[in-house]
Amino acid sequence: MIKLNVNGRVHDVDAPADTPLLWVLREWVGLAGTKYGCGVSVCGACAVHMDGEITRSCGIMLGEVKDAKIVTIEGLSADGLSHPVQKAWLAHEVPQCGYCQSGQIMAAAALLKGTPKPSDADIDAAMTNICRCGTYQRVRAAIHTAAKTGAA
Amino acid sequence: MSGRGVRGAGHMEQISVVARRGFLGSAAAVAGAFSLGWTIPGAQAQGVANSAATAAGGVEVGIWAVVMPDDTVVVRIARSEMGQGTLTGLAQLVADEMDADWAMVRAEYISPEANLASKRAWGDMSTGGSRGIRGSVEYVRKGGAAARAMLIQAAAAQWGVPVGECAASESVITHRPSGRTLRYGQVAAAAAKLPVPTDVTVKTPAEWKIVGRGVKRLDTVEKLSGKLVFAIDLQLPGMLNASIAQCPVFGGKIGSFDAAKVMGMPGVRHVLKVDDSTIAVVADKWWQAQTALKALPIVWNEGANANVSSASIAKHLEGGLDAKEAFVGLKQGDVTAAMAGAVKKVEAVYGTPFLNHATMEPMTCTAKWDGTTIEVWVSSQNGDASLAAAGEAAGVPLAQVKVNKHHLGGGFGRRGHQDYVRQAVMIAKQVPGRPVKMIWSREEDMQHGLYRPITMAKLQAGLDAQGNLVALHGRISGQSILAYIAPARMAGGMDPVQFQGWNKEEFGYQAIPNLLMDHAMRNTHVPVGFWRGVNHNQNSIYMECFFDEVAHAAGRDPLAFRLGLMGQMPKLAAVLRAAAEKAEYAKPLPAGVFRGICANYGFGSYTAAVAEVSVSKAGELKILRIVAAIDCGHAVNPDQIAAQVEGSFVYGLSPLFTSENTVEKGRIVEGNFDTYEVMKLDQMPKVETVVVPSGGFWGGVGEPTIAVAAPAVLNAIFAATGKRIRTLPLKHHDLSHA
Repeated sequence: MIKLNVNGRVHDVDAPADTPLLWVLREWVGLAGTKYGCGVSVCGACAVHMDGEITRSCGIMLGEVKDAKIVTIEGLSADGLSHPVQKAWLAHEVPQCGYCQSGQIMAAAALLKGTPKPSDADIDAAMTNICRCGTYQRVRAAIHTAAKTGAA
Repeated sequence: MSGRGVRGAGHMEQISVVARRGFLGSAAAVAGAFSLGWTIPGAQAQGVANSAATAAGGVEVGIWAVVMPDDTVVVRIARSEMGQGTLTGLAQLVADEMDADWAMVRAEYISPEANLASKRAWGDMSTGGSRGIRGSVEYVRKGGAAARAMLIQAAAAQWGVPVGECAASESVITHRPSGRTLRYGQVAAAAAKLPVPTDVTVKTPAEWKIVGRGVKRLDTVEKLSGKLVFAIDLQLPGMLNASIAQCPVFGGKIGSFDAAKVMGMPGVRHVLKVDDSTIAVVADKWWQAQTALKALPIVWNEGANANVSSASIAKHLEGGLDAKEAFVGLKQGDVTAAMAGAVKKVEAVYGTPFLNHATMEPMTCTAKWDGTTIEVWVSSQNGDASLAAAGEAAGVPLAQVKVNKHHLGGGFGRRGHQDYVRQAVMIAKQVPGRPVKMIWSREEDMQHGLYRPITMAKLQAGLDAQGNLVALHGRISGQSILAYIAPARMAGGMDPVQFQGWNKEEFGYQAIPNLLMDHAMRNTHVPVGFWRGVNHNQNSIYMECFFDEVAHAAGRDPLAFRLGLMGQMPKLAAVLRAAAEKAEYAKPLPAGVFRGICANYGFGSYTAAVAEVSVSKAGELKILRIVAAIDCGHAVNPDQIAAQVEGSFVYGLSPLFTSENTVEKGRIVEGNFDTYEVMKLDQMPKVETVVVPSGGFWGGVGEPTIAVAAPAVLNAIFAATGKRIRTLPLKHHDLSHA
């Protein structure tokens, strides 16, 4: 058993230490909001916060997490709607299919925590998640809106 | 309502016959399927369906709406939602005709088995070809109007007053003389018992209150919290998970595999042959299945296709550019004679590669076999086809199939094809009694797609002494989608879909007196399919970039040159003008900024784009601005149209910049997003969408503007650099210039 702190709760996980955090979250902890997109840390669909830092959970193994605090999309806000990024996402109608949006939202929340008023260049550098529907224009606009309403 | 008998048992047999012919399993299974000739449902269509809404106490008023006791109106949706917004648009159309309170409108899928059992009362479920709305618009509006009439009639009966004295607005019926009111929820039960009227008339556009407004999507909230259960997220009691490996060379077969080597690995339950070319590992968890699959020793019989490469395919296609034999898609006048008399000739050869859909959610399907019934949980672009495919694979009559539809984590045409449903069923049949969720790894998804077909094109133009374009020959050499996916739909060996944008209905420049568009079919062993925008994508690149070349050769302005030849398609000219006007085409650009334009008619909509770019001397391209215009006739939800246009530029510009699939040793080389590179946010140009709804028709929205993305930018690149890029992607080209 390996202890894992997710969204403020400690889970005893009966998985090998070399299991990617993504699959631990989805299959052992039962939180499926974090998505599998590529498995090679390229697409960002699996992004979570690890001690506040944006982290691609497919590329970090359970044994490497240790006592770091993991926050997933399910833990970003109590009601799933009230984080400034979620509010801005709703206002701009960002999602299309929605599959990549957990990762996009987690990346945007992490960006705004470190850089409360990001420039377009900051957004370009931080938001490297792949969206095949092509919501990028609204992702950018929503981040600017969230910055105005205070995301930190 | 659920107590009513299911009608139309006789029709089911008819459907089964069709399914045996493989029609449903293949032709209808593809995203671009044409109408299969079923009766288009009207207001008179009858059907019953138990659904989440009826289970929660709602009653069906007609077949398209369930009214809940609290006045919530749940609109039934037969098409699939994959991000394109169709679910919301269809709900708008029904709710408007119902005079429902939009704030209280929700949506639910109708199940394919309910549709089948009710003589397909909800119509075609296939969601492709940008037809989700335009293909349903007549009958869903009539369904909404019928529900409204039934609700008003029930209220009038309760009051004992003439129907003509009653009016409905925002889910409230008012008896005008007395001012009495009843809410929809109060009369729904009585309304549901009334016969569904057949003579309803729908509103005129001037009467619309919900249609035409950029109302919020109905499916956004659950996409912000991680709570939406995509097919890949499904959890069922006792569920097992499967990962599959298919022979990396298309057409190859399983030689052997050594299951004993992995059976002892954690969680592993079964190592199965799925079909002649597919092996599955079934485990408690998917990660365990995938880990074991990677460790499984497999020998493939790759077959003769293992000798095929991108280079050999290129040779194959080059041979078609001047081949004598070709299918003719459009012919007018005498191109050969006109070309012989031309004063100036322009010729160019273009080419585009295979492209994978790469939906963000890899192919996934859960199936459960209980010995009698096959039940699947799937994100599919065609619920009917999933039902047929599951029944076929399980070897049971369609009445013994259940399909649970999930929202799609991207479709783009890939999920019209039902290969993954068939595989999940073949796995479940070998593991009876337990649901098995099959998830393809990203690598499997990348290397076993149904790719946008590879084609080349040779274009030739003849100008007269005044610089008029008097002859145009467009020759496509390359792979046919229908030949692979639905040969039964070909016409005398010809694939009419190949000529998208270049046919009599869609070609924008028929003022050119001598025209010939033909296709030398050059198929490969690589599976191909409908890729969002389909053949419009590359045909528009070929034609619209070549048009720029011809305009340049004729010494004419590219905009004026195009407009001068669009006489037979005034709405295409209008949309091109609208884009040009918004982009201030007449005004000179700042130093170092260059412009490109293009236009296309496809999926029933007129589109045009203007791109503004800069290219540094060293060759660094920056897209500074895109103006994209679309006339889709009636605009159901302008904000969602804008979202589709913006997204179209991502889907259309990814293959301009970087995306391509190549073939070595018979297999697709690119295995993940590290090698199949797609656009990210930093490459996203600012897209300004101009919606010019001219009314009078219903055009598609999800696909048409992809066709104008790349050509506008390529034409701007020429303006900036003097370089004509005729093969994609750009990553292979040097844009540096003096």
